[in-house]
Amino acid sequence: MSAAPLAMTEATESGQLSRRTKPSTTSDRLFEYASRGSALIVLVLLAGIMLSMVIGGWPAFRQFGVGFLTSSVWDTQSDQYGAWPAIAGTLTTAAIAMIVGIPLSLGIAIFLTQLAPAWMKRPVSTAVELLAAVPSIIYGMWGLFVFVPLVGAYVQTPVSKIVEGLPLVGTILYARAPSGLGVLTAGLILAFMITPFIASITRDMLDQIPSVLRESAYGVGCTTWEVVRHVLLPQAGVSIIGATMLGLGRALGETMAVTFVIGNANRLSASVFDPGSTIASRVANEFNEALGMQLSALIALGCILFFVTFVVLCCARLLVARVGKI
Amino acid sequence: MKPMNFLAAAGFLAASAISASAADITGAGATFPFPLYAKWAEAYKASANIGLNYQSIGSGGGIRQIKAKTVDFGASDMPLKGDELKTDGLIQFPSAMGGIVPAINVQGVGAGGLKLTGAVLADIYLGKITKWNDKAIAGLNSGVTLPDAAINVVYRSDGSGTSFVWTDYLSRVSDEWKSKIGANTSVSWPVGVGGKGNEGVSASVKQVPNSIGYVEYAYAKQNKLAFALVANKDGKYPAPENKAFQAAAANADWNAAPGFGIILNNQPGDEAWPITSATFILIRKDGDAAKNQAALKFFDWAYSNGDKIATDLDYVPLPTNVKAAIRQTWGQELKFTH
Repeated sequence: MSAAPLAMTEATESGQLSRRTKPSTTSDRLFEYASRGSALIVLVLLAGIMLSMVIGGWPAFRQFGVGFLTSSVWDTQSDQYGAWPAIAGTLTTAAIAMIVGIPLSLGIAIFLTQLAPAWMKRPVSTAVELLAAVPSIIYGMWGLFVFVPLVGAYVQTPVSKIVEGLPLVGTILYARAPSGLGVLTAGLILAFMITPFIASITRDMLDQIPSVLRESAYGVGCTTWEVVRHVLLPQAGVSIIGATMLGLGRALGETMAVTFVIGNANRLSASVFDPGSTIASRVANEFNEALGMQLSALIALGCILFFVTFVVLCCARLLVARVGKI
Repeated sequence: MKPMNFLAAAGFLAASAISASAADITGAGATFPFPLYAKWAEAYKASANIGLNYQSIGSGGGIRQIKAKTVDFGASDMPLKGDELKTDGLIQFPSAMGGIVPAINVQGVGAGGLKLTGAVLADIYLGKITKWNDKAIAGLNSGVTLPDAAINVVYRSDGSGTSFVWTDYLSRVSDEWKSKIGANTSVSWPVGVGGKGNEGVSASVKQVPNSIGYVEYAYAKQNKLAFALVANKDGKYPAPENKAFQAAAANADWNAAPGFGIILNNQPGDEAWPITSATFILIRKDGDAAKNQAALKFFDWAYSNGDKIATDLDYVPLPTNVKAAIRQTWGQELKFTH
């Protein structure tokens, strides 16, 4: 979901684009068929993907039923499969990515459009866009070779020493073997990966707000903070949510980078320093060698990821509709 | 894949893409023997002018592809069982062997500086031994100073023939491992972190102090990873090298399983390295006869001329008597004549 289709829907609904005339010439008609065909292909493609996921995963769904969602056993030996650790891992890493990534992105966008001196704008903006273009496998490799050892040595080890034995905090922040790999590390890498997306879209949106609005706000004596808080953010609100959802989509489905740094353990753990797995990383790890029921369980996992993403996008739509009304 | 051979492999792929013709042999499967097959194919192309297009997609993929008849041969690190071979009409034979070593990163301990037994390895991977200075480890290593630190256990997160051999070994030396976890290309690991591929495992072991993981010996050697010695069935601690892998192969009873599908783990003999395995080739009996002959001709050539290439890449060639038995099977089952 991006900002452009949102803007178009609104425009159509408010009747601004109703000057459509009946196709008169052959080229007009051809053009209509061609564009309608393109639009339909999307629907057919989506239905096809969904269908093949359901058919491929059906044996697993039939065999394990609802238990497939709630069980945390993943044992190729006895052919027992449960998706819960992977679902929990997917949601946890995405949540960490959003908690860290959204404020970071908004900060970057606001700084670039409102506060940065002119000479800084170009290089920083270009850097942000370059970050968005870095392939995920590069984030994975950088994460594994550079970021993971740093987290292990300077975060997990000291924090574990401090919190060892404490109730609650001692559970959430204790690393049994501080290897640097883990759910938190994966969430942070994801945050770095989605930040350029959200930051760059938000920056474009803030730039497009008519300067008259900002200038009049300053004119009545607003501080920079007040302009940002009461004028710019509400104006760009819908687009920011759109950008955020794009980032969330990437965080939920990211495969390679997560596989490198999450530690790939199919176990549930209360500690964010412990290794875990996401749906995408599990599929990436096991797909090559999977046969029979295991293959089916992996496809069923894919189906669940598809569904989770769908639900998230639906929520985003609802949110956008609400924010749009205000 | 071994990085040293990456260029060779890439060159091989490029070359095979250009010269791909109807006469080329196609194969797919295990990643472990890929560098070897790539080098063999290069040399075979030079001598017989027939190319090999091998896709290293993993053992499971190789089994799937040969069953689906999309390739001339499949390759797997995990041997298929007799009845599975029969149902699908497949012939199975080994092509080469390799050993697996426990790679370690313990301060002050160099390659071969630590001794472990299978039971201790199983307890470490079960999460029962959690510290390096545990009595069970210290008892085997008098004179070695072991740190009072948690053991960081590393395993292969992707489904892999290496994991199959490792877990099969642990199943043979520990009843608890056998009943709780078992042997497979991916299992439900009770503790530890997973690295993707040999690269992921060795990166974790190298970077994280107090780690233990398992990789192919060739990989450990080329990347200069420290490794531990493991007690074999006779209670000896041989150094992991070609001689020790070959000893495991020589002492094994290759006719014990259909399709030479034996596993070379924990073989008897003073010199036998305890964690050794062969990698296997699968061919359809009902496949295109000409293509089957072409594939067999390639492996026949490799058995006769490929031993030096294998040794140079730290693979272990099959013993001569095993090669003879395989050729005999080819003659009986696929009417292959030399």
